[in-house]
Amino acid sequence: MVDEKTVNCEHVWRKISDYLDGEVDAALRASMEQHFSTCKRCASVLAGTRNVIQLYGDERMMEVPAGYSQRLENWLDQQLKEPRLKSASGKMPAWMPSAREPRWSSWSAWLMPVAAMALFVGALAIVDQLTFHEPPKSKLAEPGHNIPPDMLVVVSGGSKLFHVAGCSFIHDKATERTITAKEAIQDGYTPCPRCMRKYLTTGVIGALDEDEANPGGAEEASTTRR
Amino acid sequence: MNTSIDNSEQAGGARERELILSVQNGQQELFYELVRPYERRVYAAAMAILRNEQDAEDAAQEAMLKAFANIRQFRAEARFSTWLIQITVNESLMRRRRERTVVMERMDDRREGEENEYTPRDFADWREIPSEALERKEVRERLAAALGTLDRKYREVFVMRDMEHLNIQETAEALGITVASVKTRLLRARLMLRDLLAAGWEQGWFSRLPFEKGSKPW
Repeated sequence: MVDEKTVNCEHVWRKISDYLDGEVDAALRASMEQHFSTCKRCASVLAGTRNVIQLYGDERMMEVPAGYSQRLENWLDQQLKEPRLKSASGKMPAWMPSAREPRWSSWSAWLMPVAAMALFVGALAIVDQLTFHEPPKSKLAEPGHNIPPDMLVVVSGGSKLFHVAGCSFIHDKATERTITAKEAIQDGYTPCPRCMRKYLTTGVIGALDEDEANPGGAEEASTTRR
Repeated sequence: MNTSIDNSEQAGGARERELILSVQNGQQELFYELVRPYERRVYAAAMAILRNEQDAEDAAQEAMLKAFANIRQFRAEARFSTWLIQITVNESLMRRRRERTVVMERMDDRREGEENEYTPRDFADWREIPSEALERKEVRERLAAALGTLDRKYREVFVMRDMEHLNIQETAEALGITVASVKTRLLRARLMLRDLLAAGWEQGWFSRLPFEKGSKPW
């Protein structure tokens, strides 16, 4: 292609970068060196280009903003502490946050879901209590009113009723167990018309106490049994 | 200066390999020690592409984090510094595409046709600018400003090859261009910078040169 003995200036300029990178073959290198030794102009281009590479290649040309190093260290420190990065494996996660994105601190990060879960469970319990209990086990029974849901009541195997502890109308005492009123209602039990009577009077909260002191007497509650 | 960088890289090579293995095996607290020697280069690579200090710093941080997240993909055959710079270039290019520089790119592209021939200015003798001149902030700023006048495509190749010390192939891969393009653009960038520095002499940028060996008159 080119007569390597007589490379001209333009050819030298086109190859001067490759020459400096060691990307020319031996023959071209030799003829370029020959040319540099006789052509002041090309020797000046070579010297200047070499000078450029030397100056810009110097570490001191890598200016960084004040505080860059410290900010980088702090940022990495903070980022690498986050558990989602601890098991960083092969794949680049798509959710990688950008540098300025605000983040939850570690406590609020777990507190938020816990609070949300508590709210959810609470709401479920209320809805559950209001709507999703089983139908009463006795057709004659009426549901109670204003029964405190966590009030402890007694149920037993032989009855569809729930009672205040100690009520003499509890049948089959051998199988009695204590649960909350809410659980009893959910399981389809209804209030005992004697010991729980105050909750059966359409929710009038005032007239509560007279039966408390006198829970039922000795009568058999045969009407409530089927 | 190049040789001193190479020497320190060789001396640190064994320690670097240890650090990489440790981080790969879960000792994340050693990660900053691993990347610290390259933090300036990472910033400079991001800056070459993004041209804005805040953007470049954000990209540098993000690139470091991505390097950490992908450290197990790093293979010992590669140079860690090159791998890190390539991640940084990817991150920076992605940000630029995402953000606002469409207008600037168009301006650069208009001059596409000039790539073929470039005639260097004629100076009978090159007056050497010694590395010591870089001690002067003013000189560094002049050089950085000269680089900043280059079109993007020349500037990026020059920064990757001559400042980040990637080789031709690595530069091509990092920027997503051909080896032939790297060579053409690199030639042009170097010759243009030579002319800008020569013009700088005429404008007195280096007027307090030459320096005596060992003394720092500034």
